Amino acid sequence: MTKLLQTLVDGISVGSLYALIALGYTMVYGILSFINFAHSDVFMLGAWISLALSQALGWADVAPPAWAIAVVLPAAMVLCAVIGFTIERLAYRPLRAAPRLNVLITAIGVSLLLENSGALPFLFGTQPQSMPRLIADRPLATIAGVNINVVDVVVVVVAVTLMTLLQWLVFGTKLGRAMRAVSFSDKIAALMGVNVNLVISFTFVVGSALAAAAGLLYAMKYPGIKQPADASWVLLGLKAFCAAVVGGIGNVRGAMLGGLLIGLVELFGAAYVSTTLRDAYVFLVLIAVLLGRPSGILGRAVVEKV
Amino acid sequence: MVSLALVGACDRMRGQKGGDEGTSGGDTILVGEFGSFTGSEATFGQSTHNGIMLALKEINAAGGVKGKKIEVKWLDDAGKTQEAGLAVTRLITENHVVAVLGEVASSLSLAGGRVAQQKGIPMISPSSTNPDVTDLGDMIFRVCFIDPFQGYVGAKFARETLKAQKAAILYDQAQAYSQGLREEFKKAFLKLGGEVVTEQAFSGGDSDFSAQLTTIRDAKPDVIYLPGYYTDVGNTVLQARKLGMTQPFLGGDGWDSAQLAKIAGSAIEGSYYSNHYSHEDTRPAVQNFVKKYKAEFNAVPDGLAALGYDSMVILADAMKRAASLGGKDLAKAISETKDFPAVTGIITIDEHRNPHKPAVVVMMKNGTPTYVTTIDPPTYATTINPPK
Amino acid sequence: MARPIDIADATRRLAPSLAASIPRSILPLAVGLGLSILAQLFVPAVGDFYYTLLINIGINVILAVSLNIVNGLTGQFSIGHAGFMLVGGYVAGIITYYGSYAIFGNTQVIDQFLGPGEWLFVGGSVAGGLAAAACGYLVGLPSLRLRGDYLAIVTLGFGEIVRVLFQLTTPVLKGDDLATAPLSKKLVALGGAQGFGAIPRYTTLFWVLAFVTLSLIVAIRLKRSTYGRAFLAIRENEIAAEAMGVNTTQTKVRAFVLSAFFAGIAGSLFAHQLSTNLNPRELGFQKSFDVVIMVVLGGMGSVSGAVVAAVLLTILPELLREVSEYRMIAYALLLIIMMILRPQGIFGVKEVWELFRGRDRRRGS
Repeated sequence: MTKLLQTLVDGISVGSLYALIALGYTMVYGILSFINFAHSDVFMLGAWISLALSQALGWADVAPPAWAIAVVLPAAMVLCAVIGFTIERLAYRPLRAAPRLNVLITAIGVSLLLENSGALPFLFGTQPQSMPRLIADRPLATIAGVNINVVDVVVVVVAVTLMTLLQWLVFGTKLGRAMRAVSFSDKIAALMGVNVNLVISFTFVVGSALAAAAGLLYAMKYPGIKQPADASWVLLGLKAFCAAVVGGIGNVRGAMLGGLLIGLVELFGAAYVSTTLRDAYVFLVLIAVLLGRPSGILGRAVVEKV
Repeated sequence: MVSLALVGACDRMRGQKGGDEGTSGGDTILVGEFGSFTGSEATFGQSTHNGIMLALKEINAAGGVKGKKIEVKWLDDAGKTQEAGLAVTRLITENHVVAVLGEVASSLSLAGGRVAQQKGIPMISPSSTNPDVTDLGDMIFRVCFIDPFQGYVGAKFARETLKAQKAAILYDQAQAYSQGLREEFKKAFLKLGGEVVTEQAFSGGDSDFSAQLTTIRDAKPDVIYLPGYYTDVGNTVLQARKLGMTQPFLGGDGWDSAQLAKIAGSAIEGSYYSNHYSHEDTRPAVQNFVKKYKAEFNAVPDGLAALGYDSMVILADAMKRAASLGGKDLAKAISETKDFPAVTGIITIDEHRNPHKPAVVVMMKNGTPTYVTTIDPPTYATTINPPK
Repeated sequence: MARPIDIADATRRLAPSLAASIPRSILPLAVGLGLSILAQLFVPAVGDFYYTLLINIGINVILAVSLNIVNGLTGQFSIGHAGFMLVGGYVAGIITYYGSYAIFGNTQVIDQFLGPGEWLFVGGSVAGGLAAAACGYLVGLPSLRLRGDYLAIVTLGFGEIVRVLFQLTTPVLKGDDLATAPLSKKLVALGGAQGFGAIPRYTTLFWVLAFVTLSLIVAIRLKRSTYGRAFLAIRENEIAAEAMGVNTTQTKVRAFVLSAFFAGIAGSLFAHQLSTNLNPRELGFQKSFDVVIMVVLGGMGSVSGAVVAAVLLTILPELLREVSEYRMIAYALLLIIMMILRPQGIFGVKEVWELFRGRDRRRGS
């Protein structure tokens, strides 16, 4: 029973992170119909920027104050938002009309660029580093033999808060309505007076900010930060992308659900079936969903009119 | 077909234009290095390279070898065996190096080593621990101990010093190093009368080990063998402590890095790992190295840097003793290395071209590895590589 | 003024049937093999570095040309190509490794040219290709239900699953184990993460170029045949193609199977090369991306474009190797700029010779 609960707690925590990253993928896909492969690198940069900021503010050696995270989180989100905006402007906008495979290549190019620039000696280097503990790492409560850690709680709380904010943004504001309109059809939205370029830029900004938050939360949960060019960042991004697809790509609520689901599948699979096939579970679930219900759990099947 | 022929012609022309000087004929000796400077293995390549460069600086400052300075030409292989093989080919046939240094990952050393062996150019691997590497042939050497020995060291320490009866193993299935150590530790531990209660795998790059750790916790081992790289170990141990596990962890030389304590903090206190040397070793070779490395790179050297350093100094020493810098003579000189005071131990190269040197076991105390004991490889050496 | 209709030209362009293709292919095949023999005889004298480089180029050409069949001609989105390489490489490795032991009692013997060991290698490569083709069939099947990006993810997932599976294999058998182990154990002893490096290294420039010739001939003939027309039709508009009677699923599966076959052969050539060590990590999604980049850069659908891109993108990292840290950055920037400035790739869907032909005709009329 303890194992079940422990796995559940861990699954929810990891799942929230996947959900945050998946949101960026799903929003961009909904609007531009392409897989932004560079998104996992924005997530990576979010983690590294948080680390660099924390070190610069002197919190590597001295215990950081309680409001530390309230400074680093918005700062990282803003910086990554700028990065996301720049990427869209310079690399994706010129290719708005190009075939999707080309934009994918460009995304791969941007991904390589971010990874290897990050690994440059004067930026983040090739050595893994330790994230300063912005949140004291101690158990909050022990329920039925399961340790619930402060960090896990913070991760889930922050993730849920951000997702709620996003929910409000997409479904409760005019800009959100514009986003949904563009994802339905950008041409018609333009005809109805929506500034499509602005909406697209905004989508990237929001997605990148969320990825940055996920990066910081990830860094707090797993303080050993791998170097920027490490393949594990891309793998994480891929899993988050699978989460987005499973939930229904283009669907914001779907991404949240998908993230949670994938987190749970991965953790339960590793705990109860076998740890050696851990990476495979996510892809197997993905393939199963795609074959059984391609539009995802919350997605709607789009009928293509000829 | 035509395009290929054209390309071939262009290549030929390009090659004849540039080219490198610095063969053993001129006044510098050219040594090749291949390593991962980009890609996922970049941490390891960079550390090793730092060690090699530091050694190079010292050797040249002391006058070089036989009056000539040594120059190192290094090429990046991005962690891929195809590029590693091509890089070594290029170093040997285009740059005419007299010897090659590299690599860390065994698969990369195997690819490069095969080429070096075929071309008759000696190669020294700083940190590849898989026994197959030196089995490639009489040109391939290494300065680190091999997996069978290190696994044995771990098992012996666990059984005899920690008095552990039950062990759990948590290994990285994506790294040959970790897989190799797991096999050898298990063999030795069982042979010494212990019991392996569970073996769990993770994939290098994973950050979440809660599933594996929960299973291990339920199996109630006395010690947990974790033969991974420090990049993963830090996160693993942290999570283990959070899950309430109090057993000590035991690892291999992949743990050796100043970052380990920073990442793992108090979670790693009281855990052990086998290593090539201890920072506390008062031997001048060690202290000099640590001091100079800190001055040069503003960081405490890790095990890979120490091994990189040793590979270079041993090569230089062999060059001094060799009859000539030709492949066979140089290889013979390297194989005759005896009682060389390297940073990572007093090194004698044995008949399988591996170093015959002891391992130390250190314990993490107050964030630094403190010396616990030394384990020698006396009779074990002959049983590691049965003659083929 | 409207262009006059050239009857002869129109007839020439009628897609030939498969039977007609074979006699037409004999001459190019002979020429290709001849050049391969010449290359094998003369290139080693230039230097081993160029020899190895040409082998690498050849392997990449096979990969790019094969992927072009799926991504370029058929317009499908396959990003798991390296998975087929893995399958082909390991299957061929099993055959050469255990076969060498069975024939010579030793796994490291390199037999003389065209001896039994060599045929073991060639046969193994073809078997590897067939095994990969079978996987291609499996990967192509979902294409019935999936379009575009979704199929892409399935192919990516396939590549990753294959990688993980090969990583789980047990250490390679040596010495006495080779003789005594049961077949089931032998088939799984593929080295795991370290890879299957113990196989005898038979790849020579001759065989690489021979297979390059084969793949080029097949690719070009395919493009010009009725099959090629079907591929292109699906690429342009799948629904219209279906409406015109093209069995889209069957055609797509066919594309995957053919493409996977050559990728499997390329995998075997890669594995048996002296300077490599077949391991799952190296042939993962990053390798798949490399091949996709070659196809897109060269022009989707253009066989010669794929060749040119493969050659360029194999040489480029070598040229830039000196500036290692900046090499990948330069490469990435190059990609982005290429995509922005010339999104259709270097040649688009045309072949090199078609570009000139168009100009001539305009001048002539």
